[in-house]
Amino acid sequence: MQFSDQLEKRFAELQTHYPIKRSALVPMLLYAQDEVGHVSDEVVHEIAARLDLTDLEVRNVVSYYSMLHTKPIGKYNIQVCTNISCMLRGAEKVFDHIRQRLGIGHKQDTPDGLFHLEEVECIGACCWAPAMQVNYTYHENLTTEKVDEVLESLRKKETQ
Amino acid sequence: MADVNITVDGRKLTAPAGTLLIEACKSVGIEVPSFCYYPGLSLQGACRMCLVEIAKMPKLQTACTTVIQEGMAVTTASDTVHQARKAMLEFVLQNHPLDCPVCDAGGECELQDMTFSYGASESKLIDFKNHKDEEQWSPVVFFDRPRCILCYRCVRVCGEGMDVWALGIQNRGALSLIAPNQDDHLECEECGMCIDICPVGALTSGAYRYKTRPWEMNHVSTVCLHCADGCKTTLGVRRQGSGNQIVRGDNRDKSGINGDFLCIKGRYAFDFIEHPDRLKQPLVRKNGTLTPASWEEALELVALRFREARDTDGGASMGVIGSSRTTNEENYLLQKFARLVLRTNNIDHHRTADFPAFVNALSGRAHATASMRDVLSAPAVLLIGNDPTYQHPLLAWQIRTNVRLHGARLYVVNSWPIKLTRQAKEFLQIPEGAEDKAAAFLAGDDSAADALLTSKTTREKLAGFREKLQGEQNLVVIFGSELRGQELAALVRAAARGAKYICLGDHANSRGAADMGLYPDLLPGYLPLSEAARFGEPWKSVPQQPGMDLEAMVAAGKERKLRTLYVVGSNPVARYAIDPFALAETFVVVEDLFLTETADLAEVVLPAACAYEKSGSFTNTCGDLQLLRKAGDCEGVKPDLEIIVRIAELMGFDIQQLAPLDPSGMRADFGESRGVQSGEVDQQAIWNRRQGYEPRVSPFNPFAVLKEIQRVVPGYNVGQLELLSGNDVHTATAGRAPGKTEADRFILPSHENLFTSGTLGRYSDVLNRVIEARLRLPNEKEKEIAAD
Amino acid sequence: MADLVSHPDEVRVVSKRFGEGATDIDRYLALDGYKATQKALTMGADAIINEVKASNLRGRGGAGFPAGMKWSFVPKQSPKPKYVLCNGDESEPGTCKDRLIFEHDPHSVIEGVIIAGIAVDSHQGYIYLRGEYRYLIEIMEKAVADAYARGFLGKNIFGSGYDFECAVQTGAGAYEVGEESALMESLEGKRGIPRIRPPFPAVVGLYGGPTVINNAETLANVPHIILGGGEWYASLGTPKNGGTRLFCLSGSVNKPGVYELPMGYNLRKMIEVAGGIWNGRKLKAVQPGGSSVPVLTADETDIPMDFDALMKAGSMLGSGAVVIIDDSTCMVKYALRVMKFYQHESCGWCIPCREGTDWLKKTLIRFHSGGGVRRDIDNIQYLAENMLGRTFCPFGDAAAMPTISLVKKFRQEFEDHLEGKPCPYEDHGKIEHLPVLTAWDHRTADPWAQAH
Ligand SMILES: Cc1cc2nc3c(=O)[nH]c(=O)nc-3n(C[C@H](O)[C@H](O)[C@H](O)COP(=O)(O)O)c2cc1C
Ligand code: SF4
Ligand code: FES
Repeated sequence: MQFSDQLEKRFAELQTHYPIKRSALVPMLLYAQDEVGHVSDEVVHEIAARLDLTDLEVRNVVSYYSMLHTKPIGKYNIQVCTNISCMLRGAEKVFDHIRQRLGIGHKQDTPDGLFHLEEVECIGACCWAPAMQVNYTYHENLTTEKVDEVLESLRKKETQ
Repeated sequence: MADVNITVDGRKLTAPAGTLLIEACKSVGIEVPSFCYYPGLSLQGACRMCLVEIAKMPKLQTACTTVIQEGMAVTTASDTVHQARKAMLEFVLQNHPLDCPVCDAGGECELQDMTFSYGASESKLIDFKNHKDEEQWSPVVFFDRPRCILCYRCVRVCGEGMDVWALGIQNRGALSLIAPNQDDHLECEECGMCIDICPVGALTSGAYRYKTRPWEMNHVSTVCLHCADGCKTTLGVRRQGSGNQIVRGDNRDKSGINGDFLCIKGRYAFDFIEHPDRLKQPLVRKNGTLTPASWEEALELVALRFREARDTDGGASMGVIGSSRTTNEENYLLQKFARLVLRTNNIDHHRTADFPAFVNALSGRAHATASMRDVLSAPAVLLIGNDPTYQHPLLAWQIRTNVRLHGARLYVVNSWPIKLTRQAKEFLQIPEGAEDKAAAFLAGDDSAADALLTSKTTREKLAGFREKLQGEQNLVVIFGSELRGQELAALVRAAARGAKYICLGDHANSRGAADMGLYPDLLPGYLPLSEAARFGEPWKSVPQQPGMDLEAMVAAGKERKLRTLYVVGSNPVARYAIDPFALAETFVVVEDLFLTETADLAEVVLPAACAYEKSGSFTNTCGDLQLLRKAGDCEGVKPDLEIIVRIAELMGFDIQQLAPLDPSGMRADFGESRGVQSGEVDQQAIWNRRQGYEPRVSPFNPFAVLKEIQRVVPGYNVGQLELLSGNDVHTATAGRAPGKTEADRFILPSHENLFTSGTLGRYSDVLNRVIEARLRLPNEKEKEIAAD
Repeated sequence: MADLVSHPDEVRVVSKRFGEGATDIDRYLALDGYKATQKALTMGADAIINEVKASNLRGRGGAGFPAGMKWSFVPKQSPKPKYVLCNGDESEPGTCKDRLIFEHDPHSVIEGVIIAGIAVDSHQGYIYLRGEYRYLIEIMEKAVADAYARGFLGKNIFGSGYDFECAVQTGAGAYEVGEESALMESLEGKRGIPRIRPPFPAVVGLYGGPTVINNAETLANVPHIILGGGEWYASLGTPKNGGTRLFCLSGSVNKPGVYELPMGYNLRKMIEVAGGIWNGRKLKAVQPGGSSVPVLTADETDIPMDFDALMKAGSMLGSGAVVIIDDSTCMVKYALRVMKFYQHESCGWCIPCREGTDWLKKTLIRFHSGGGVRRDIDNIQYLAENMLGRTFCPFGDAAAMPTISLVKKFRQEFEDHLEGKPCPYEDHGKIEHLPVLTAWDHRTADPWAQAH
């Protein structure tokens, strides 16, 4: 399996960081997922081969980390934190609002494949709660209006 | 190591430094419960069942990970400890389905036992349990996640113990589960160790599940009848119909030479017993077709034709082929039958290793053979040729475990990077078929080096390898059929300083067949024919000339000079690709379990009992002698021992001279009675005596034959008591095997692997169903039909 | 990205360069950057450790272990390489301070790592950031590259003859990986399962070598201690609790934010620093050290915020996350939300943690939605108490401690939920509005199928 040049460069660079090959596993999986969209069987197999691991060993690791997913998901992964600090500031309302707006629930995708919704644990935005991450981008001090703006701008970006 | 003193529950105890607290407690009979701790596997500290109080420590500590320290004061019996254990059980039962009534492990479940002990019997749970349907991972492995307590024993025994690493742990938290390597199924060695080690009923056996309840079985410990390693196995038998049916194979008490280990064959491949093609009635050829007949008719015909042949053309016109799967007693009796009753030395068997050359090379050296146990403790092991992972699974386990737990140094010489090279300290890759040269080189012959060079093997490497080996004290040297004759002898003579040897044969009693003298030129114990007299008065009549070997017998058949051929538990026609017409004029009698290619040619076919259906003894390839105990029954068949004796009797031979009657009457009637559990016959004998009847003694008593073997066969004079208590006893090789320095060209390795076992394998459903049987094994030679 | 706040009571040490553009290495150098490292190179290992010991710097990751002492446990001689790890996994609910350090002052972390390296004679450091912090990984990677380019990292740093390599590593979503030994497993490419201790990381850590692991804030303080002196740093705080701390004041307050306040700052005053309770409501409770610590009731908040004082009050300072809870909050719901987190994040290795958190979550879901029975209340406490101190790693305690305190201190609220009564404490208490419940429904769905 061939990854983009950029990713190949990153993988090569990663290998120089550690005394053992396997150490690159977690970052490689995450970066490969960013590129491929999910950790496909092919990705598992490829990375296993590169690191001299069995597919099983890689799967054991993949399934441990909650950011890694083995099935394709919507293009924009909307991750709403509902943990304590966010909850105290109305995160549930925000989550509920998005649910209704997108018509999907936790770990579900919109039919057009644009959005994936997840309720996640604390994302380190407690002092700017409630907060969510769309893919890797933080959106903080959320209100329902602000959420609408975010969703709208993402939709717009797609239609352009 | 220095000893350390500690106190446990007020009792002082001393144990070597480095001992784990849980083991120290066990040594004085204080049980600390555990799920995840398993001796010999890596430490987990995961189940938290072993929490104990240690003075000066604020929290409870896990006894399974704590190394004892001088002066440590431990409490295992306090209320706090008891409560902790109880709570752990409550926790683990939270998601446990509590389907004990239908669980295979019910009655043998560590979770049940502990719940019983710690009284976590009243449930505080109101909520639903997480559920997941049972999964089938292979024909023999089923997994029921809700029952799993995540002790990780299976993962470790598969990885650390078997070096297969087919099980993993996936997800996390309450959703963690044990997962197979191929997504939804397993691809592995199918050893079933994971099932055996599972403390609950999470992993269950496809062969056994839902068949019976553990308490409905009797447990008979006997010896596996497949490969030559001789694992002790416990067969679970249940009364069914008119006899006992074998429903399970495992190694319950782990007391044998194999400890924890059994491979797929030992654990599951007893199923051929119930194969519909199993012969259950004698067959006699009438008008060209084999037709069912009574035992009387068949045996009388055999006796008649044998007597005719002997009396008209003499023993030289008769041949006997023995088996590497029948017991020592049967083999001993068979050659005795040939030599005394038929008066011929025309006896042979399927040879899979050059045992005569081996014994010859060792003559004069006591204690030079290694037992299977030695492989587990030797500081260093040299393995030349063979691929034990597939051909000698127990041996491979012993080597791996020794390397892993005791840091043994393994040296491998092979033409292929076999799996055991992963454990090897040094690996010498040589050209295919150059094992004999390697042996010669290691024995000091520098001229052999040329034949060993490969891109990976340089002269320096060769020299370095030999030098390292020469520095090894108490080395165990293991080789297979690749080494024969002179090279074998040279190697055996070369190594010194406490080296011990193992010569690898292929089937359960290959070594026994050789030891018991199934050779045309050797008597039991590899004695020359000239020494026949030492076996007793009647032996004086044994011909002094060597008889025909198998090849010669076939040749004689072609020339119509072989009048009869008596084949016991062997399939030479398939094994040696014998032209069926060669035996067209020969009266062939076959004793076997199935209608083999050889049986198909026979005039008379006699249905025999397999080794799980009779008593006796087997000698594994290392020379470890063990007793077989009768476990199952098959209606209509007879043990070979009985058949041989009956034929002799019908031929008018004084069977007192053939099969010694045991005057003590001990364990009388072993082979004959059906449905008899060990011990029952003794009770019968006692009852008889009480009633004033003569105790029934039987000429079919294998123990009487064993006693004779012990008396007359060199090396077999070993402790009875040890044997009777179910232990393995190492025999010595005290024979002489005269003149056996030439390579034995009749050796034909059977190339069995984990999923084949000659004829038996062909009729084992389990062995044929596992997918691995269809995948080509890494370095498998072209597949031959394994017969025998 | 994240907004900065300020308050006159703040004493800025680690946050000194926040908002000053110090991600740029030249700017950083202009703000006394890398002076501490150069000084440390001349001081030698023992002097560094003594200075850090004198500063009374205690670990900012949660346990508050004295940093200097931890470093001194590393054996001087080791056949295996030694390592320095910066723990930037920051996943404790309520905690968002390391994020600011990485965002605004990445080089201070690098300096901390190098200095710790010099102190224990290590030549390799790793900075481990949680996977969600992708933009911070980019910032850190750039900072590391810049430092390499200047010769501050790599061979012969600052021409001193000392070599030091450093790399940034990303996680991929797992709270437990913040636990030090689990972090090492993760860095070795494995599942984040903690290790058996002893041996402790200082003796056998990453790749089997002696390892120092510290929280990012702990390490970011080190350059300031080296430059300002241990005594100066210690004097900023209270006895045995040196320096200042980044307090993450979040929850029901008007001006939540990360404020750097001296150790021992009064909790009540702290709530005022954060603008007081919002929406005119009253204070109900505070979790003074992240979601893992026992809660304090409003009455218990007149207390200096340092490790020892909080310990005495039956709670802990933890990661410096102060979660302020107003009186509109249902404490049963709060307990449920906390437990949902621990259930989700438990690594699953040991029985009490794996099963305990799952059981507690199930009970609390049912309880909060009106299906509770009286014996549940005792059972919640029973389960938590039986986890406490008996799990494989401190995660179990982290799940048990807040739960026990919530049942003990707010038992009445639990009682008020009995007999199918609707939640009396919140306006949005209807079940369909609780994502906690809709996350997955065990009854209808196969939870294992949902796992990934
Ligand atoms: C479950 C658990 C999670 C933890 N998460 C973090 C974390 O996210 N960040 C952190 O710095 N320390 C975390 N810790 C504490 C670390 O184990 C370790 O004590 C800390 O990194 C040591 O650094 P310090 O002495 O500088 O605090 C966690 C501990 C536990 C038990
Ligand atoms: S399957 Fe059995 S042995 Fe394996 S982890 Fe589960 S309970 Fe333990
Ligand atoms: S036996 Fe000690 S924790 Fe399992």
